[in-house]
Amino acid sequence: MSPHQSTNFPLASLFHDSPLPPRSQVLTLSSYSSSACFSASPRLRVEKDSPGISRRDALRRGLVGAGSLLLAAAPRPARAAPPPPKAKAVIQIWMWGGPSHLDTLDPKPAAGYDYCGPFDKPIPTNVTGMEINELLPLLARQADKYSIIRSMTHGVFAHETASYMVQTGRKPGERLLYPCVGAVVSLLRGYNAGYSGLIPPYIVLTEAQGRFSENGFLEERYRPFATGGDPAQARFAVEGVVAQGVSDQRQKDRRELLHNLNTLEKALTNDPSLQALDETERQAYELILGDAGKVFDLSQETDEMRDRYGRNTFGQSCLVARRLVERGVPYITINYEGWDTHRQNFQVMRQKLPQMDKGMATLLQDLSQRGLLSSTIVWWGGEFGRTPKVMWEAPWNGGRNHWGDVFCALVAGGGFKGGHVVGASDAKGEQVRDRPVYPCDLIGSIYELLGIDPGGKLPNSQGLDVHMTPTVADGIKMGGRLKEIV
Amino acid sequence: MNSAVNAISILILTAALASAATDKPPVLPFESRAGLTSHGRIDDLAFDRWKRLGIQPANPCSDEVFVRRVYLDVIGTLPTPEEASQFLSDQDSDKRGALIDRLLARSEFADYWAMKWSDLLRVKSEFPINLWPNAVQAYYRWIHTSIKSNLPYDRFVRQLLVSSGSNFRVPEVNFYRAVQSKEPQTIAQAVALTFMGARAGNWPKARLDGMAAFFSQIGYKSTAEWKEEIVYFDPQKAAPGPAVFPDGAPARLAPGQDPREVFANWLLAPENPWFARNIVNRIWYWLLGRGIIHEPDDIRPDNPAVNPEVLAFLERELVASHYDLKRVYRLILTSQVYQLSSIPRTGDPRGAANFAYYPLRRLDAETLIDAVCQITGTTEEYSSPIPEPFTFLPESQRAIALPDGSIGSGFLEMFGRPPRDTGLESERNNSPTAEQRLHMLNSSHIQLKIQQSAKLRTLVQLRPGGKPRDPIDRVYLATLSRYPTVEELKTAAAYSQSPGNKWPAIADLAWALVNTAEFLYRH
Repeated sequence: MSPHQSTNFPLASLFHDSPLPPRSQVLTLSSYSSSACFSASPRLRVEKDSPGISRRDALRRGLVGAGSLLLAAAPRPARAAPPPPKAKAVIQIWMWGGPSHLDTLDPKPAAGYDYCGPFDKPIPTNVTGMEINELLPLLARQADKYSIIRSMTHGVFAHETASYMVQTGRKPGERLLYPCVGAVVSLLRGYNAGYSGLIPPYIVLTEAQGRFSENGFLEERYRPFATGGDPAQARFAVEGVVAQGVSDQRQKDRRELLHNLNTLEKALTNDPSLQALDETERQAYELILGDAGKVFDLSQETDEMRDRYGRNTFGQSCLVARRLVERGVPYITINYEGWDTHRQNFQVMRQKLPQMDKGMATLLQDLSQRGLLSSTIVWWGGEFGRTPKVMWEAPWNGGRNHWGDVFCALVAGGGFKGGHVVGASDAKGEQVRDRPVYPCDLIGSIYELLGIDPGGKLPNSQGLDVHMTPTVADGIKMGGRLKEIV
Repeated sequence: MNSAVNAISILILTAALASAATDKPPVLPFESRAGLTSHGRIDDLAFDRWKRLGIQPANPCSDEVFVRRVYLDVIGTLPTPEEASQFLSDQDSDKRGALIDRLLARSEFADYWAMKWSDLLRVKSEFPINLWPNAVQAYYRWIHTSIKSNLPYDRFVRQLLVSSGSNFRVPEVNFYRAVQSKEPQTIAQAVALTFMGARAGNWPKARLDGMAAFFSQIGYKSTAEWKEEIVYFDPQKAAPGPAVFPDGAPARLAPGQDPREVFANWLLAPENPWFARNIVNRIWYWLLGRGIIHEPDDIRPDNPAVNPEVLAFLERELVASHYDLKRVYRLILTSQVYQLSSIPRTGDPRGAANFAYYPLRRLDAETLIDAVCQITGTTEEYSSPIPEPFTFLPESQRAIALPDGSIGSGFLEMFGRPPRDTGLESERNNSPTAEQRLHMLNSSHIQLKIQQSAKLRTLVQLRPGGKPRDPIDRVYLATLSRYPTVEELKTAAAYSQSPGNKWPAIADLAWALVNTAEFLYRH
């Protein structure tokens, strides 16, 4: 049975949903971690949001944080990869909650008001025949730099499961929990490829997604470093690097206080473990007070540049992402929240799309002008799309629910051709019409551009025998890699 | 106790060490002015060994060091300021022994050692052990209760080895489920590692196969209950070969007899060379950071004990006390060896392996975060990365009392809590990393705990008739379990213009103290 038919998603869950906060409702597989329940079919069931989720979020946002920042790896020889990789870095714009495909990159004006609502005048782009939502004029002028995939599909309507599928290419309930693309890149293009920066190779701006464990069965070090803080504030308080409300002077003062009060250390000057502890302190202060942490200091950019990106969290996150790419960080996720528009979808779109338009269009242009776009993949997309038919009735008042049968993604740079549209949805944006693209197809294409063999084995310390992307034997649907735009 | 032997060794020791002891005065506030004395058989044997090697042992530790050390080692918990100051002002000459007895009876003793045993027994819901949460709860509860009631160790092990029944109703059967595979060889390796301290994976194949035969007739069947599994003796399964004990003696199995019982009888016999040795050596390792045989789970003929007499003494005591583990804890904790300072007085590289000083060890991840929470009066949130079934824990949950290795936090992972995959002692990683340092020094997590701590603020308020130094004293007692030295008091007072009571300065003082080696390390 396909997952499409087995979802009993819908109605019950909708009543719990409210627009704020966006995570009040999640759908989860009733036995996410058990392979047994998949012997027949995935059973989707509604789960009220629980403290478990938000606590987990809080945890990961707060704690994983300061953490991995300093894991500088000793350079090791890079893995041999046949063709020289075109892409060196990925900026993933993660549309948390699942943005409407009809209201962004797959407009359907002919479907009528019940489908496209007030957005019935899509605008042309600088690529003939490609039209996008009228609230994205700046992106329209950059269309030659990116391609749109309008036939993404996995058939799952639940946030956690869909997030897992889109970012690992796997279906949940297999024997293992797989790592997502960022963790794999952190391993193969980061630590195993001689990455030696003080900043970890996989960074999330600004808060972890909290949907699943990104590193899967890989070790903890491949988890993303979530910066916390807000780059749109006067000072971007990156967790562990910048302590809110502690000035540089106070940092210096209290470091001195610590040294003066380190009585046991003074009594044990020759102890090797305390000498190691001293070394870790020196490294930590290099990030806190030294140059290594300056990559997050946006005061080093001109006001004009900051304005171009938009003075909001998303815009400034795009700017930080560009700075990280310049420093050689291979994987950056911008976790862009607020797209779970069950209610008042159109009001939310009017408010958010201009920000997205400005930040993303500037990012593409800026990367291109700096000669970085050819080696940097920009990947935009969420876990699914949204119900094509608008729910005008209360309490949704023009809302859209989850839709996993067809949705959009956008890719640019790093070897992806611009100016193309891959696949198509049907007239009302409800099903795939041409060329289905499954998450593993897109992920395999990204791996190829990064010089990672999608058919290769994924190295891991547990000695597990697993492939980078699923094979036919895994019983997962595939539409083939994106040869048309690579 | 043989007092004649004691008296002799004290004399010997005093003569041998007299000159050195007067050369170097005790380091305050970490060392005691009292001289070294033997407290019993362990010390006699250790003193003898040091003398033969010409190793100068460290001075005895001060009461300040002792109170903190023994709390952290025995119950994984920092003393409260009141507990610390009461102990320091106590004039009883046997106050250390009395404190040891109180701690061995505390409920946190069961929490802390259930955590250790859950590491060894791999108590974990998810990959790669996959016990499943219901079974984990039952299993953990059984372990905790066994430790709390001081179940004799031989009975504890027998129940783990020979029980049959449902993983929910007879929790001990989870021992066999918490192994990465159900292959008899894998089970034999887990049994050897846990109860014999031996790495059977390195044995000759025939020897491992001989032991594996005892575990080849274990059956597993599911029930109508979700994730319930019955573990039982299945005589229908044919043993692949003859069962041979690890010492080479062939086993005689009566028809229909559960070979696990035959193995348990062999293992638990008083003359078994592995059973008692493994556990007393582990307790020594847990309390003193290094096994008399080291690594403690790598016992083999070519890895000899550094002081076989001490080991033999503890083995005899264990058997004679009918496998009372607390008896072994008490013997070690009351020894002078355990109560040495951590400041070496020997440059001899053999000093560490011969326990000539107490070794520095970073606090366990769980102990460290519990200590920070205790000082600041804050709590932590723990969860499982797998969303279902959802786990709800009380807000006051302490990390040392977490039942399930799959429930954790970013902090615990960062600070090297064991993943509970293999049961090896080395899974716990207490070596310092820069990321940990950054987290303690500058994360909002730690900063907010201190900055927003109502408990610390109350603690440091000037009280009527109080002295200006009181707030500083109280922060010191809460974090380092001692009063500040004159020098430290001066430094701390100078940090804020008006001494003592200015909040940001006191918050910085607390911040500085939790970042000192003295706080981060057992010493």
